[in-house]
Amino acid sequence: MKVRLSGLSKSFPGVRAVDDVSLEYEPGKLYALVGENGAGKSTLMKLLYGMLPPDAGSISIDNAPLRFKSPQDAIARRIGMVHQHFMLVDTLSAAENVILGAEPLKGGLIDRKAARDAVQGYADRFHLDVDPDAPMESLSVGEAQRVEILKVLYRGADFLIFDEPTGVLTPQESRFLFEILHRFTAEGKTVVLITHKLDEVLELADEVDVMRRGRYVGRVSGSEATAEGLARMMVGREVLFRVEKGESKPGAPILELDNINLAPASGRRGLENLSFAIREGEIFGIAGVEGNGQRELAGIVTGLLQPGGGRLLFGDEALQKLTPRSAREMGIAHVPEDRQKTGLVLDMDLGENLMLGQEDDADIGRGGLLSPTRIRRRAKERIGHFDLRASDVGQAARELSGGNQQKLILARELAREPRLLVASQPTRGVDVGAIEAIHRILIERRDLGMAVLLFSSELTELLALSDRIGVLYRGRLTAVLEAEGCDEEELGLWITGAKGGIDVV
Amino acid sequence: MLFKRIALAFWETLWPPLSALTLTFLVGGGIIAAIGESPMEVFTLLFREGLSSFDGFARVLNDATPLMLTGLSVAYAFRAGYFNIGGEGQLYMGAFAAMLVATALPGAPRLLAIPLAILAAATGGAVWGAIPGYLRARFGVHEVINTIMMNFLAVGITGYLMVHHLKEKGQMIPHTPEIPEAYQFDGFGRSTWGQNLGLDSANPLGPSLILALVAVLVVWLIFRRSVEGYRLRVLGLSPQAARYSGISTGWLTVRAMAASGALAGLVGVHEVLLYRHRFLDNFSSGLGFLGIAVALMGRNHPLGVMLAALLFGFLNTGALEIDIFTEVPRELVVVMQAMVILFVVSASELASRRAARRRKEKAA
Repeated sequence: MKVRLSGLSKSFPGVRAVDDVSLEYEPGKLYALVGENGAGKSTLMKLLYGMLPPDAGSISIDNAPLRFKSPQDAIARRIGMVHQHFMLVDTLSAAENVILGAEPLKGGLIDRKAARDAVQGYADRFHLDVDPDAPMESLSVGEAQRVEILKVLYRGADFLIFDEPTGVLTPQESRFLFEILHRFTAEGKTVVLITHKLDEVLELADEVDVMRRGRYVGRVSGSEATAEGLARMMVGREVLFRVEKGESKPGAPILELDNINLAPASGRRGLENLSFAIREGEIFGIAGVEGNGQRELAGIVTGLLQPGGGRLLFGDEALQKLTPRSAREMGIAHVPEDRQKTGLVLDMDLGENLMLGQEDDADIGRGGLLSPTRIRRRAKERIGHFDLRASDVGQAARELSGGNQQKLILARELAREPRLLVASQPTRGVDVGAIEAIHRILIERRDLGMAVLLFSSELTELLALSDRIGVLYRGRLTAVLEAEGCDEEELGLWITGAKGGIDVV
Repeated sequence: MLFKRIALAFWETLWPPLSALTLTFLVGGGIIAAIGESPMEVFTLLFREGLSSFDGFARVLNDATPLMLTGLSVAYAFRAGYFNIGGEGQLYMGAFAAMLVATALPGAPRLLAIPLAILAAATGGAVWGAIPGYLRARFGVHEVINTIMMNFLAVGITGYLMVHHLKEKGQMIPHTPEIPEAYQFDGFGRSTWGQNLGLDSANPLGPSLILALVAVLVVWLIFRRSVEGYRLRVLGLSPQAARYSGISTGWLTVRAMAASGALAGLVGVHEVLLYRHRFLDNFSSGLGFLGIAVALMGRNHPLGVMLAALLFGFLNTGALEIDIFTEVPRELVVVMQAMVILFVVSASELASRRAARRRKEKAA
């Protein structure tokens, strides 16, 4: 089927999210849709999928104009979407999840056999290996995504939209997904891939569509596209891809973990015998598939979690009990993984967010009372330093883009010149321009002697920024590698346990 | 842009209570018409007493005084994200503690007696608030459940002690003897200046109003200007962020619930020191619960709470007039109070959904 979007526009109060976009999709091809955060790519696809009504413009399939009132209408026209956040029921089996809402019936009851066979049929045809009877909660993220894909196929989709599908996958799982995508196009289905990872685009896409600030910039054929060229189209200027960084000059160890242990608990991975030291002026990266103990390790070094055994040494001093407050006072700053719920209070304004954890500071108040003028003044200074694009200190943090939210946290956490920064996924979901800025800030601070403990699921980022990389696998530190001379393939083997995995199942 | 944002925030804050009020009077008017009376006449009566004379307005203020305190109590806990349904129990404990102090130290000089009794009332309420706060912080027991339970405990314990150990001898009514004079507040109507302003000598309005107004001011100051208020708000909006930022969330929870209880406990000052000069079994008739309505109506803002308490004061005072002069039963006022609550809750929910939708659309 041939899908055409003509003159689609959508405005939200104060923003023109999609501005007069016209596009055509041919069957059997893989299209990438790229752009910075807020460029309008997700909104555009939501218009196509019937999740939002367009203000103007029209959609037609095989030259027949259509009007989608809801995703159900789009599904009826064989358009499907695999969302970034899975919409699955944990307690049901894989097959039950697939048929949910479109159950095959026999005499008023669910025909379980037909359901199972249909699911298995699609799974075999596209090599979507999932056990149809497995309960959802026992499946890995990659498998859960396959269930999401099966859901879309089961509803008969010939036009599949994927919203940032590799964000949660390991390199190996991503590879597996790419093969599946190729099988779809080989069967004549159309695939649209919303992404901001340019390496994937270059490898996979037949055609690349670029959006910037709600407008359609243009289409480049996959064979002719280059990362630099696409980035220029996305941002509207040149972007530095390689992180410019000199040799590190690591000094004395600043934080040392000595045989740290943590008992596993529900929803929490245990840690076993972790020992390593982070030195002044170095960036120590932690690699690992999500859920292998990163969150727990970050919790322990920032005082949010208490280790079950072992010692923490800060400088030369053994720490008795580290709390979030004492960690801050000692000079450990923290950029948390969940910036929206943990790092910021979205409903508070920028000034209030810039004093989180520092509300006691003598320069904004006295005797338990705060001075609003001083809060404003200090906030303005900090916002200025970090090139934060915000209209006013009184603006709610919620209104900022992801990149600016992250800069807001960095502005706050770095304001006190910490000796160690614990940064978890500092560039996740952040646009290209802001990633560049955040990387530069981290390197600058490193060169001034600050230590960084960096958690990132982006191996390229880890390799580009880190001086040394520790690998976490199932709660253990399986390797500490020099970043120099290491590559993604190598790291991929370590984090999946193919190398150094002690109890590979 | 800035002006537009302020106007929008203003509108979002004010339209739920205002539309709730409008709807209440429309539906209430319908009920009155169905009974066969003229809605306009009844509503005029409802506000006549309060607006026609200074004495009447003072009665309204007197009715509003305990509601300001219980309303503030609810708003304070809500700032930290907790729903304190235990105002009723806390005010019983506050009143009881004030009475106990007065009974135990009958010879105290007035200069010491009054602050002591006020402190006792606040402490009684604070303890009764801190217990559910601690249970919440330490064991995760939901505060709604345990504040409700604490209400029963407070009424039961004070009732038992009063009837069996503290009741005035030879009295049919279950109340304690009058507290010593050093502890008694007089109504403003008893003073010459009050009478010069037109107050009846039996007018109950007294110094507890000043206490309530000071409480409004202090709570406003805490919310707007203090480190404590900032932390309360962080905890209320995002417990995760509170923990991350180094706030000791358990201890803050106990503090917030204790302060909330203390505000409710201060109702004891109004009831024991001023109004009755004694502790009476079952005196409250739901002041603590009405505080929830007042806080909802006042959108958990100290000044809003003050205005909402005033409105409820008008309704309470007017109820008597309606009863006397019309066929409409005074219970209509209770019905209207209930309607205000229902409508304001629905309207607030609508408003927040609309705001969320607007944000979502903007973000998409």
